Amino acid sequence: MSRLGYQNGSAAVFLAPALGLLLLFFFLPVVIGVFLSLTDFDVYAIGNPGTARMVGLANYQYVLGDATFWKALRNTLYFVVVGGPLSVLTSLGVALLLSHRALRLQGIFRTIYFAPVVTTLVAVAIVWRYLYHPRYGLIDHVLSHFGISPIDWLGDPNWAMPAIILLAIWKNFGYNMLIFVAGLQSIPTELYEAASIDGAGAWRRFVHVTVPGLRPTFLFVGLTTMIGYFQLFAEPYVMTQGGPLGATRSLVLHMYEQGFRWWRIGEASTLAVLLLLITLVATLVQLGMQRTRKTNEIPRTAGPAPRGDAA
Amino acid sequence: MKRVGALGVGTIVFHLLPLLGAILTLVPLVWMVGASLMAQGEANTVPPPLWPDAPTFENYRSLFSRLDMARHFFNSVVVTVSATVLSVLINGMAGYAFGKLRFPGRDKIFGSLVAALVVPAQIGMLPLFLLLRELGLVNTYAGVLIPYLSSVFGIFLIRQYVLSVPDDLLDAARIDGASEFRIFWTLVFPLIRPILVTLATFTFLGAWNDFMWPLIILTDTTKQTLPVALANLSGEHVQDTELMMAGAVLTVLPALIVFLFFQKTYVRGITQGGVKG
Repeated sequence: MSRLGYQNGSAAVFLAPALGLLLLFFFLPVVIGVFLSLTDFDVYAIGNPGTARMVGLANYQYVLGDATFWKALRNTLYFVVVGGPLSVLTSLGVALLLSHRALRLQGIFRTIYFAPVVTTLVAVAIVWRYLYHPRYGLIDHVLSHFGISPIDWLGDPNWAMPAIILLAIWKNFGYNMLIFVAGLQSIPTELYEAASIDGAGAWRRFVHVTVPGLRPTFLFVGLTTMIGYFQLFAEPYVMTQGGPLGATRSLVLHMYEQGFRWWRIGEASTLAVLLLLITLVATLVQLGMQRTRKTNEIPRTAGPAPRGDAA
Repeated sequence: MKRVGALGVGTIVFHLLPLLGAILTLVPLVWMVGASLMAQGEANTVPPPLWPDAPTFENYRSLFSRLDMARHFFNSVVVTVSATVLSVLINGMAGYAFGKLRFPGRDKIFGSLVAALVVPAQIGMLPLFLLLRELGLVNTYAGVLIPYLSSVFGIFLIRQYVLSVPDDLLDAARIDGASEFRIFWTLVFPLIRPILVTLATFTFLGAWNDFMWPLIILTDTTKQTLPVALANLSGEHVQDTELMMAGAVLTVLPALIVFLFFQKTYVRGITQGGVKG
């Protein structure tokens, strides 16, 4: 195959900057982080690293017994498990609208829907903080027309996380929308035509042609959204500082505060390692779920598939 | 699918939903711009106005005169532009090597890089901070830049595109005695320009909008980028809705403009990453 043999020398030169940077500033910190999670590295050790000692799994023991950690984990899971699917479904719904043949001015709609994605998260989080204001906020004002009395979105522990989820959906749906649009375009139109000829209505075409055709897209979108949502940080940092009553304190916010406010490096590193493990487990679970679904999948044929394949 | 008449009632009804979606999407941004042009205190009235009676640029003037936002804007521009240029070069070279150069272990190394995409960047932030502290890079532009320079996603994006460059073209140049670097610079670089623009847009928006890393590494106020400065400001000036909205517009606008300008290539990058990933 290789007519001219290996190009080891030039490959090394081309790869050195990128791989060097990744090794030094991405992989090495992860390894150091695991190591630090086994030490009692604190504010004194920053000045004099010699004072830090190995403490085994003491940090893990402490964190797993700490109610704040469990609260932060619960909040993060709330955001991931409720916010993630809602975001993905919003993206899918808008993508279906956007891909509809009857829609005019598709380009303009697409640009508008996508605009929030490129905005600065911190800036729009501040914007939404004002929109959520119970007295002067636009959202409660609009809701009042429907007879809904003002909600103290960011001041009520029950509403703070839903408020952050709503902002996240608004900010993010455009991204996955584009990926769904591309996924929809990759489904051969003959499949739809064949299904129509066989008498399948719009809903059955959606369930038996669109949903199976979007399976790889779902896998990709589901994974990237989940991994991203586990990293919730800027929204609570700017909008609620983790409050009220810790209702929006996320794992990353907790880690940030322990690490960079109180310089409890050992504990913060432990939180980082746990977040990584949780993300990995969740990734494997989701991959596994998609696999089992795949084995149950009815082979994609042009005709209407038998019932029972609703994903 | 049923074909809806060109100007029928069906078409109009069908468009109501996307139109409603567009309005809901735009309202927060329109209100942001509207409030930024309001006189002090005007946004905090009932019912909340969407647009000022008499637009004023007073808030923008305050941002630059009283609050030194020009400095933060400058910081953001320096960081973002350097990140963009360097990341295109660094990831471009690596993507090309993974796509077209022959060396042992190539696909294995690439595979393990892609697997690392699962690792959230926040995991290593604390050790990275300590590491850069040892290197004296806290509170420096270089310190902020480092995580943006090389990215697995960037390498992946370039590599997939580079695969489409015909081998014969490169081999012909090699037989003519061109060095690998010359081939890359004069032959490959122009050929893969579209994907480089995509990567540049990605890096620009990512670096411009990033918050957590600059928040951590830039402790000195004068070095802070716009999002960090804006977050600090929002703590001190909670009551100054109009002023804060002017700051938000100043932060968001460059990103929106870059997006509108490079929309086509940016969107293509997203869908390619999505479908192939």
